[in-house]
Amino acid sequence: MFGLNKKDSALLLLVAILTMMAPFILNPFPTDSGLAQFNAGYPDLMQRFVIFGIFAIGFNILFGLTGYLSFGHAAFLGVGSYSAVWMFKLLSMNILPAVILSVIIAGLFALVIGYVSLRRSGIYFSILTLAFAQMSFALAYSVLTPITNGETGLQLNLDDARILDPVNDSGSLPVTSLFGLEMRSSFDLAVGPWDFTFSVGYYVCAIFLLLAFYLAIRIFRSPFGMMLRAIKSNQQRLNYTGLNPRPYTLAAFVISGMYAGLAGGLLASMDPLAGAERMQWTASGEVVLMTILGGVGTLIGPVLGAGLIKYFENIFSKINDTVLHGWFSFLPDGIEDFLVTIIHPFVGKGWHLTLGIIFMLVVTFLPGGLVEGGQRIARLFRGKKTKDGADGAKTEPAE
Amino acid sequence: MSKTNLTRRGVLKSGAVAGAGVALPTIFTASSAAAYTNEPTGGTVTLGFNVPQTGPYADEGADELRAYELAVEHLNGEGDGGMMPTFSSKELQGNGILGKKVNFVTGDTQTKSDAARASAKSMIEKDGAIMISGGSSSGVAVAVQGLCQEAGVIFMAGLTHSNDTTGKDKKANGFRHFFNGYMSAAALAPVLKNLYGTDRKAYHLTADYTWGWTQQESIAAATEAMGWETVNNVLTPLAATDFSSYIAPVLNSGADVLVLNHYGGNMVNSLTNAVQFGLRNKQVNGKNFEIVVPLFSRLMARGAGENIKGIVGSTNWHWSLQDEGSKAFVKSFGTKYGFPPSQAAHTVYCQTLLYADAAQRAGTFNPCGIVEALEGFEFDGLGNGKTLYRAEDHQCFKDVLVVKGKENPTSEFDLLEVVEVTPAAQVTYPPDHPMFAGGALGTCNPGA
Repeated sequence: MFGLNKKDSALLLLVAILTMMAPFILNPFPTDSGLAQFNAGYPDLMQRFVIFGIFAIGFNILFGLTGYLSFGHAAFLGVGSYSAVWMFKLLSMNILPAVILSVIIAGLFALVIGYVSLRRSGIYFSILTLAFAQMSFALAYSVLTPITNGETGLQLNLDDARILDPVNDSGSLPVTSLFGLEMRSSFDLAVGPWDFTFSVGYYVCAIFLLLAFYLAIRIFRSPFGMMLRAIKSNQQRLNYTGLNPRPYTLAAFVISGMYAGLAGGLLASMDPLAGAERMQWTASGEVVLMTILGGVGTLIGPVLGAGLIKYFENIFSKINDTVLHGWFSFLPDGIEDFLVTIIHPFVGKGWHLTLGIIFMLVVTFLPGGLVEGGQRIARLFRGKKTKDGADGAKTEPAE
Repeated sequence: MSKTNLTRRGVLKSGAVAGAGVALPTIFTASSAAAYTNEPTGGTVTLGFNVPQTGPYADEGADELRAYELAVEHLNGEGDGGMMPTFSSKELQGNGILGKKVNFVTGDTQTKSDAARASAKSMIEKDGAIMISGGSSSGVAVAVQGLCQEAGVIFMAGLTHSNDTTGKDKKANGFRHFFNGYMSAAALAPVLKNLYGTDRKAYHLTADYTWGWTQQESIAAATEAMGWETVNNVLTPLAATDFSSYIAPVLNSGADVLVLNHYGGNMVNSLTNAVQFGLRNKQVNGKNFEIVVPLFSRLMARGAGENIKGIVGSTNWHWSLQDEGSKAFVKSFGTKYGFPPSQAAHTVYCQTLLYADAAQRAGTFNPCGIVEALEGFEFDGLGNGKTLYRAEDHQCFKDVLVVKGKENPTSEFDLLEVVEVTPAAQVTYPPDHPMFAGGALGTCNPGA
């Protein structure tokens, strides 16, 4: 299908099914049960899953294939968001021009930063990208305030131009849409005690994710992808054979910057606000974590990693002491308080701690990330039957 | 470079799949039948409290959360009722709001607009919150207020002091009980004139975001009107922790007053730096060098320790006030937590009560009903004297306190003394004042 071999088609199909059925998969617990706390199937979080999935896929094209570790990818995400919001302010609330512009601007931005940064490799490259990202952050945060609205973030106003849209005299802000299809509209499906929400915005993002994922597979399997892998495994040998690797790395850098721009544009399309902290180094670090957590150089790993981190950020951070007391209320008072005290540092505002522990465990015991974990489990089930069976289905890490 | 193997059949197949994918979302456009976003149907109603639990304003956030919990307790008829008996409107019965028990969810804004909006969104979409309250930074408050306007829920702003919150970024679904930069300036100016005279040169250090900008503008305008000269205004990043490099130039600028438009941890650090540089013992132009901190809070005073003594600023509320409402609130808060509440705790407690009361009076949770009930609402007994929720910009107008760091504190909480209570009339401005112009309330949005 689509010029993919059987294995990749199956992978694409799997991702397609996962994303299309996400509202069901992510809401496994009935709405009134105590476990509903762990449901993640609400539009905002589902959108974040796929958007950061796109971001991580793009990052993985650079990091996973060429081995160049960029610590400044959030800058492209931020630039994409700002371009998109400016399109909403000036042109139209349709998300298509916004997303297109954000990809283009992020691409140009990546071209400039990449051209300079790629003169060095290894740690020097990482530091250069980090420096550029911090510069962009500082610019957005204070210097370019008229364009970025500083710390408050760029927002829509009632009196924005929006030259393509009809005059808005309703007194409320217009909403982002795709040819009239509003991003925030949704449909609730109640099945018994369960409640599933299907959001237009989510499905639009999901389609972008599938396209991005398909493109990533094609890049991974193309001669260009092979070239990038060659750069990762031995750049010097490549030099000696008379090949100049820089155009290839620059292309990979720009492509992954455009992925980040797409993610930023989508982020702004779902919620038309762009804040400078999107470009901060912590945001750049987050995408590195996502990729490593999921599995560097694998196709589906970054998406899983993005999902895991966003899940922690949004679900674990909201478990407060009241919720904990609710869970353990069946226990005697002393034990209840004791358990709450023990768990307290790991949930709520302590979600970073839990995430850190998981990250440590994954890196120590599963260097290939969650994907390796999945492969080990799969091997456990059928590895003894056929010796080379495991080889057939696994997604190979690049290195 | 890459093999493309395009065939007619392949293109058709891809096209069909892509088309189906694009068409898919159109199936899901039916909107729900509810009259407004998150209409509570069961026996409970959920409020969302979105405060900074990490970052530079985490202290304020923690205190806000305590006050929210207290307010929910009182609304549900537990505890001693706090300010409910002293509140001039007697609609609240202690049986929840409109007979529904009040539940709440909490979130962490991280003092970042993005994170705050994500957290508020999950409260609205996942937990079904009908009202969002909180925020300890004007940037965050403005961002979340915009979100609530779009989503169709009410936003009851917490600690936000920027003119913009009810100025150029005001929204029909948003309400602010806290005072703002203009009011601080209007209240401080006469006091500064009495203390330091009319011939002064002021140097401003300003936090670089909406609150800092508008407060600096307000203070500069008010002090210039009484004859002061503004020598310089330097913007400092919100994330800065060391201000020595900003303080050094003050010494050579010829200024004899330093105005610190900083809050929270920023202010604690910049004031400490200024004192370390010996600014307070200096004589410039034949006068004592003075430091002014326009927005004060007890939490900051505690952080700054000795350095705060004798420094003048303004505050929304202070626990040492002796009216019935304040006394009841301090007693109730103190009994539960063992120390007096901060101004942040006070304002969010009031906001929660005011929301509940508005819903009770309107007889509905519909945001448009709430907006109507709050607009032009006059009340008393919440610790600030007679207060008006102005209809034109959803800003509360009430007395402003001018305070001074106490020279001889008797306890670790007794750090500020009230110098003057500036009457509401003196800090009131017309809704179309230039510092607040440029925005529009729009119309209330019930969502759905």
